[in-house]
Amino acid sequence: MTDVLSLDVHEKRFGDTLILDHVHVGIKPREVVALLGPSGCGKSTLLRIASGLDRDYVGQVRLLDHSRQQQGARRVAFIFQEPRLMPWLTVEENVSFSDGKRADTGRAHALLSEVGLAGWERALPKQLSGGMAQRVAIARGLYSQPDVLLLDEPFSAVDAFTRMRLQDLLLSIADSHSIAILLVTHDIDESLYLADRVLVMGSHPGTILHTINVPLPRPRERTDGRLSTLKVEALESLHGAHAF
Amino acid sequence: MTRVVTSHSDVSDVSNADSGQAHPRPMAKNVARGRRRWRGWLLPLFLIALLEVVVRSGLVPSYLMPAPSELAVTLAELAEGALWQHIAASTGRVLAGFMCGAVLALLIGAIVGISRSVEAYIDPTFQALRAVPGLAWVPLLLIWLGIGESSKITLIAIGSFFPIYMNLVAGIRNVDRKLVEVGDMYHFSRLEKIRRIFVPAAQPYLFTGLRNGLSMAWLCVVAAELLAATQGIGYLLTDGREVSRPDLVLIAIVSLAVMGKLTDTLLKVVEERSLRWRDAFSAAN
Repeated sequence: MTDVLSLDVHEKRFGDTLILDHVHVGIKPREVVALLGPSGCGKSTLLRIASGLDRDYVGQVRLLDHSRQQQGARRVAFIFQEPRLMPWLTVEENVSFSDGKRADTGRAHALLSEVGLAGWERALPKQLSGGMAQRVAIARGLYSQPDVLLLDEPFSAVDAFTRMRLQDLLLSIADSHSIAILLVTHDIDESLYLADRVLVMGSHPGTILHTINVPLPRPRERTDGRLSTLKVEALESLHGAHAF
Repeated sequence: MTRVVTSHSDVSDVSNADSGQAHPRPMAKNVARGRRRWRGWLLPLFLIALLEVVVRSGLVPSYLMPAPSELAVTLAELAEGALWQHIAASTGRVLAGFMCGAVLALLIGAIVGISRSVEAYIDPTFQALRAVPGLAWVPLLLIWLGIGESSKITLIAIGSFFPIYMNLVAGIRNVDRKLVEVGDMYHFSRLEKIRRIFVPAAQPYLFTGLRNGLSMAWLCVVAAELLAATQGIGYLLTDGREVSRPDLVLIAIVSLAVMGKLTDTLLKVVEERSLRWRDAFSAAN
């Protein structure tokens, strides 16, 4: 199958420091891929390159080219570590932020009820808890009907219970919208619970050291013994990366 | 009695996923606000009463400081016509000058805020001009524009321009880079980013600037009218001094205080409505 997103970064530098060195990531349609690695290994940078936010690198980012029916549809959407909602806009206006005044309110409302926030359309971001705000951010990401959702440690700032709920929400959304996911995380359990493939990254410079396939069907049990076995594998390759 | 209005937050009762962390609005807020407003009248009322006693008892001669009751009589006389004309003349000038200054400040401030290179060309000059006291422009404006309305309005525009400009630029520079990045993600054009991210995000600063600009406008209108005018509150001040009537001067001062406070309150109401989204600290009682 053709990759829906193919990242081919030969070299990425900040000044004289080499951040990414020959990193290749291909994502198939509907696939969930996690980038796992210690802080500073360049995984967030890689994600920013994939989203087009960072264009200062040597290499190529290719997106599966097919004509989209909806105008203004974007093939990748980015969900940041923080919700980054516009505090002066209501929840529904935030969801349809990319369209401004030409917003499709119906779609925004449908997405909000999908993320469990029906009834909060007219609330302001300051009235939301951290988990709710991140749900709004997910709805905003989905609003532009992407093929690939890029997420940069999206659940690192919420409590453990909210995180588990949001992880399940993300999986069900990816499934119902048929989108692929590229997720950056430093949480081993999160990467193994969510992903079909976990790419373990090492730092200085950032490279992909190891690929762990997670051939388990969904929904997965968090207590599944096979996940524990894979966790050992992940920990070993992270040790190899001198991440500890 | 203050009217007690309590209102529930319109969303706090919609319980949903992750709720329980959303903050309910304190119900006693309106009561407290009413009480605070009432407190503001204490000081002026006390001063008026004190003044009345001091003047009546002869501690201060009344040709220097008329008693508040005498002021009320003068006020009643003036209120039959002349006072309103003076107030209207000054207010009209303030509004016209403030509008001109604000529009220019918004345009130039937005451009300078967004572009470091434009700032490098323009800002040093503006900083130097800002250091010039507003009154210093008066002779030049009189030479160039004469003693008519245009010189007064120009002076007011200059005076109100700088606080608005300074605050808008500071506001734009303080916009969270992370929000701007959301605009980058959607490939917003520069204009779109200004309109949809920078300007709304800079609003708190902008309103501070507008309110400072408005008080500068009142300051400048008095300066302009003191020098050359046949109408206006500033003219009332000069007139009072020339005919040695402290009551006229005092009424002009009170009019300035009332009009300044009134226009500022109007702007504050607009500010509060526009900034309802803000999640800011509000001081406890």
